[in-house]
Formats: sequence, C-alpha cells, structure tokens
Amino acid sequence: MATQVDDARIIEFDVRTDEMLVNMGPQHPSTHGVLRLVLRTDGEIVSEVEPHLGYLHRCAEKIGENLTPRQWIPYTDRMDYLAGMNMNLGWSLCVEKLIDHQLSEKAKHLRVIIAEMGRIASHLVGMGAYGLDLGTFSPFLYAFREREKILDLFEEACGARLTYSYLTPGGATADLPNGWLQKCEAFLDQFEPIIPEYHALLTTNAIFVKRTAGIGVMSGEMAVDFGCTGPVLRGSGVDYDLRRDGEERYTEMYDGYAFEVISQKDGHYPKDHDYPAVPAEAVLGDCWHRFYVRMLEVVQAIDLVRQAIDRYSTASGDWGVPIKLAHKLPKGEVYLETESPRGQMGFYLVSDGNAIPWRVRARSSCFCNLSVTSDLCRGCLIADVPAIVGSLDVVMGEIDR
Amino acid sequence: MSGQNLVERLSQRFGEKITGSNLEAIDPWIEVSAAGIAEVCEYLRDDADLQLNLLNCISGVDYFIADPKKAAKAGWEPHTEVVYHLSSTFNKHTLVLKVILPRWKGDVEGKLPEVQSVAGVWSTANWHEREVFDLSGVRFTGHPNLRRILCPEDWVGYPLRKDYEMPLEYHGIRGR
Repeated sequence: MATQVDDARIIEFDVRTDEMLVNMGPQHPSTHGVLRLVLRTDGEIVSEVEPHLGYLHRCAEKIGENLTPRQWIPYTDRMDYLAGMNMNLGWSLCVEKLIDHQLSEKAKHLRVIIAEMGRIASHLVGMGAYGLDLGTFSPFLYAFREREKILDLFEEACGARLTYSYLTPGGATADLPNGWLQKCEAFLDQFEPIIPEYHALLTTNAIFVKRTAGIGVMSGEMAVDFGCTGPVLRGSGVDYDLRRDGEERYTEMYDGYAFEVISQKDGHYPKDHDYPAVPAEAVLGDCWHRFYVRMLEVVQAIDLVRQAIDRYSTASGDWGVPIKLAHKLPKGEVYLETESPRGQMGFYLVSDGNAIPWRVRARSSCFCNLSVTSDLCRGCLIADVPAIVGSLDVVMGEIDR
Repeated sequence: MSGQNLVERLSQRFGEKITGSNLEAIDPWIEVSAAGIAEVCEYLRDDADLQLNLLNCISGVDYFIADPKKAAKAGWEPHTEVVYHLSSTFNKHTLVLKVILPRWKGDVEGKLPEVQSVAGVWSTANWHEREVFDLSGVRFTGHPNLRRILCPEDWVGYPLRKDYEMPLEYHGIRGR
C-alpha cells in the first residue's frame, strides 16, 4: 500500500542516514568568490552550516593606518569590487565629516548620478549571478550586456572599469566629460524598456519561483537582530533606507528627490511602475522577496538618475575639487554609514591630528548579512543552500576586507 | 532626548557602570565599564524611548606609542577601546558607547583584556566580537564561540595592535 506523504522531507527524518560533513567552497562556483561553507548533513537535510571566512583578507584596515585618506580610496574600491563607486562615496563622506567639508550643489548631484548608476550595475550582477546559483545561465548574459554599458560610461568618466577611485574626499577627481549626460540618458531610455525582460526571465519564471518562494524566510526582527541591512532587510518588510533615514550629511544629497523606500507595507510594494505581482507562494522575507526588492531598486535608481541629471545640468558650483593628498586631519573620530547596494556600509575614522589616520575601520554590510546564514539554512535542503546564500548577494572582498 | 538627559538617566539607573561621556565630540559618546556593558545594552535595546535595536558595528582601537618621547606628548595613557555604534530603525537615531580597557589584563603582557559579550543582546555582535578578538586582541566573556574569524586559527598576535610585528615566517611563507 502506498503511503501518502505531504512533505517529502518527512521521509528523510524517518529514514535516518549517517551524518556527513560536506565542504562547500572556497572554490565552489556558487559561493560567490572564496566563501567556504561546512555543511553538516543528514541525507538531504542540512542540520548545520558553518561559514569560514578570511580567504580574501587583505588587511585593508591596517593599510589604512599607513596611508592618508585620499591614498586609501583605491583600497575601498577593492572591498566591494562590484560597487566601487558606492564604496568611494562612503569613505569620502566619512572623511568630509571629520574635516567638516561642505560640497557644492553640483558635486552632490554628480554623486547621486554616480552612486545610483553604481547601484544599477551592482544589482545587475546580483541578479545575473543569482540566476547562475539556481542553474540558469541566460539571465547572467542579459544582465552583463547592460552592465557593460554602465561600465563604458564609468570608464569615460574616470578611466577605469572596475576600480574607479572616482569619488574622493572633497568631491570627485574630475568633472563628467562633455556629452556624458546625453549618453547616460540614452542608456536609461534604452535600458528601462528591457526590465520586463528580466522579470520574464526570472521574477515570474515558474521554476525560479519554485526555487526561491518560501525558502530562507527571515522575519524583520531577525534581520535587525543580525544587523542585516539593504535589500536583505527591506526584503523582510522593514522600512529602513539610509538614503532617507541616515545621517544628514548623507541624506542631504537626496534632498528634494522624489523616491519611496522599497519595502512591503501592508502587503504592497510602492506602486509607480508596472511590477509583476507577488506570487501566491512567496512569503515576506524569503529569497524571492530579497531578489524582488533588488529588481525594484533598479527601477528606483533609474528614476533617481533621471532626476539627478536634470538638477546637475542646472546646478551652481563646481564638481568638487579633491582635498590635498596629505590633508592634515583634525583630532577626533567619526563614524558614517551610507546605503551601498548590498546594505549599510560604514566607515569609522579615528584621527590623532596627523595626515594619516590613527585607526580606520570598515563596517561591512555583507559581513553582517552573511552571519545570518547558519540560522537561515538550519533544516533546509542542500539544494537550497546556494539559493539562500545567493539571495543575500554577498561579495567576499567586502566581507574579508 | 538630548545627550545630557540620556547620560543622567543612564547614570541614575546604572550608577558607577557609566564611567564618563563626551558630548562635545562630532559623534558624542558614553563610556561604560567592562562589567556593565551587556546590562546597559539590553536596557538601550528594550527601552521604549530609545529602541536601539540595530547594532551597526563594534570596533577595537588600540592606543599605544612605542617611542617614549612621543608617548609623553600623546596626552593619554596606553589603553584599548571597544567602540559600539548603535542605531534605531524606529526612531532613526544613533548612539556611540565606549568601553575603555587596559592593554593587557592586570598589565601582564600576553593576557588579553576582558569585556562582557553583547552577543546575547544582538546577534550581530557574535561575528563582530570575533573580529575584534582576532585583530585587536580583546576577550569577550560569555561569547558563545570566541575564535579567530579573518586570520587563520593558528595565527599568532593581534594585527591591529600598535605594537604588532609581522611574523617572519608562516608555514614556510616568508612574511617580511
């Protein structure tokens, strides 16, 4: 007589197998770089996940104690190497806070353009790589095709495609070249109609929904408790975004911009675009929602760049001349966090009155986001581990620093 | 709530466990004793006015100058600080706490200074305290799993201490 089993996993508990330790990484393709996970498995069920870090540790904080703040900018690029511009921005604002440097209107709008373009590029990688994690290759190509155009724009502005060192304490290393804004607008006009393509490839794809909806569910309280920030936090329905709620030095960049924080409120996402509906299987705080928040933030970023381009072209002042390479820092200590694509990126700077900081500390967003893995993966299937880790969208360069 | 009010309120409640404050700094801070930090943090997290539910960062800062001439001019005695940056997702405010520790416990070189762990208050602290232990050499008492996180388990020394010296050799790899 055949037995009816509602949940396939129940059988696994009945038929106990030997416990096995499975080593995933650090060279495993779905661990996003050099993350090593040690899984304790009982058949297909994961009973414990232990992340091991440090394979990409490059002593960035120690190096920061031996360089002036402007010299340290290239090292921030190499932390979150998929969002170098946003890392430059975080460190620049932190240094400017210490020396109390005010930017012109034009410099602020320039930073919004660059930071939001960086966010689009970073979320595109996040989306494409997440598809790879789940075993589909094509979205990756579609994502990289568009990201390439953003990198071309960045290359024109600063000469580099990945490690920009463009935004710097005081402003930026150069103004945007002639004709850049038109090219940027042309890109946005071409890119925006493509987004439904992404939604068709992943967001609403039946297999994708099956792999992500209801998997790795994290409540808002748990997310805050673990210090998760960015799309991971907002994907759990917490309405918190530093671009609105952060420190004044950062939020004033976005003064007067119209944007709504992307998180589900009363069962709904802010609606000004034609987003696909949330599938019935999806639970708030699962992998699907984290992915979805990223996709909506891409649309939001396009909107912000458009607003910023308008303001930039009419704003007064210069683009912001960098401070001196060995600018003497006043005595004191400051901490500042910005909303990086992967979460809140914080920098802590202690100065004893020399041009070289006494202590530099980088609070990594992915570091905190990843710390939740052990708790999220407890009791899930092995195949869900890459789905959960991928949905956190971690970059090991930022975690290990 | 103004900074002065908060300091008074905490001092009233925790007495000598609040050891000082600096409200003139760019980011004002409150100093807490090593034995009272967990209690104070729990209160800050649960208090209805404060609700500091997000622990942003824990950093270790070492204050030490090897050159005695320069050290005399520094204006401080050698010590180690553990700095906590907190914020609230409800009230959108932030707070900085500091614990000031001796560089070595009982001034015996090699014995790490101790501070209470706040891993029971915020889970974020678990990994952050491991990192501070790993790089700055501070022991967090009551931490569930205090071991190195970024450096290899058999690494010797605490790299972010000011008197740290790079090893000459590590498993056959030349260090300097």
